[in-house]
Amino acid sequence: MDWQAFALSLRLAAVTTAILLAIAVPLAASIVLGRARWTAAIEALATLPMVLPPTVLGFFLLVLLGPRTAFGRGIAALFGHPLAFSFDGLVVGSVIYSLPFAVQPLVAGFSAVDRDLVDAARLLGAGPVRLVSSILVPLARRSILAAIVLSFLHTIGEFGVVLMLGGDIPGATRTLSIVLYDQVESFDYAAADHTALLLLGLSVLALALIYSKAQKRGAPGDA
Amino acid sequence: MLSFSLDARRGAFHLQVECTLTTEWTVVFGPSGAGKSTLLRLLAGLDNPIHARITLDDRVLTDTASKLRISFGHRQTSLVSQQPTLFPHLNAAANVAYGLYKLDRPARERRVSEMLDLVGAAGLAARRPADLSGGQAERIALARALAPAPSLLLLDEPFSALDGVASDELLARLQNWLRENHVQAVMATHDVSDALATGAEVLFLREGRLVALGPAREILAAERTRLLGRLEPPTS
Repeated sequence: MDWQAFALSLRLAAVTTAILLAIAVPLAASIVLGRARWTAAIEALATLPMVLPPTVLGFFLLVLLGPRTAFGRGIAALFGHPLAFSFDGLVVGSVIYSLPFAVQPLVAGFSAVDRDLVDAARLLGAGPVRLVSSILVPLARRSILAAIVLSFLHTIGEFGVVLMLGGDIPGATRTLSIVLYDQVESFDYAAADHTALLLLGLSVLALALIYSKAQKRGAPGDA
Repeated sequence: MLSFSLDARRGAFHLQVECTLTTEWTVVFGPSGAGKSTLLRLLAGLDNPIHARITLDDRVLTDTASKLRISFGHRQTSLVSQQPTLFPHLNAAANVAYGLYKLDRPARERRVSEMLDLVGAAGLAARRPADLSGGQAERIALARALAPAPSLLLLDEPFSALDGVASDELLARLQNWLRENHVQAVMATHDVSDALATGAEVLFLREGRLVALGPAREILAAERTRLLGRLEPPTS
């Protein structure tokens, strides 16, 4: 078992999920509460990575973040190294690739909050930040949980973007999915079996842990 | 003094009303579908009109012609809707405190306690909305609307879940408080007895148009006669 890849996968998923939450909550709130003409465009952009083949997305990011573009050179200057074929690059790719899996459940959860409650909060002087933090987020707890679970597991299991953008560098970009691919390619099915079972177990465990926690808390349903 | 000129559409429904309310307590009366709730929502600034100009004591709250719309936090307008929209994850005290975020904690707690006393809900502070009856929830919703000391209070059939005695008692207390604090109130109702009980100025609305404006006993004379006729025992 490649424990280094296992740890890297967990780290990548945790960092990506944290960043995604910070981005997706305001994004989903702006889709639900914003003006119609903007929300369609924002929602389309946020959903695009879901329908784009991962390898296509990975290729675009590889070119964008590489030394061929001014953007890539600017980012390299900022980070002190090129983002392609690095852990930071994987995080950027994962955030973009998993964005719809964080945004969609949040949009559904925020949309389900009674509009009259939103109006009541606004009338009582709540600005956008307070409205989101004190009304939408607490009333859409299950959707936030779903966004966390989906983002985390989707990042753990991603392959195309990781391979295109990060390659296969042990300790830096080699995740469990890449290890599994390498094991199958070298006909080491016994090791591949273990890796696949670990990925499967991880997914089941994460889902079971988080949903059982939600049940214990007796979290109310989304409004 | 509240003046407004409103022109708004909601699907096929068209509301067009222009008037000035000079008394502190006005009842918007009309049958279901007359546009009472729409009128209150427009006054609160919640719905987008085609055209609107709303002024409260010479302060312009909305003027579509000059694209002016005072934000909710600065309108000093509270609305108690037909269904008490209490925040389900907060207890009654936290609901009442929601609009008091500018006050420090001791002042906020004092104000919450004062408001709960006013609406006769002092013992309900720790209860969650799910544990309140319809009437109790209406009392808390009223306390929440009054807490930030609005200049304009809009009430959309606010006591529908309270029995007659409790409703009259709360209404009397509320009117006293509003008078003492110089708050203008507009209450929508389709209940003649509610409109007559307050002795208010009545704005009679039908199919989105202003039919009459004046003292309750004059405007609702026909409705009053009809109501009294229903209360008299049938003669054999």
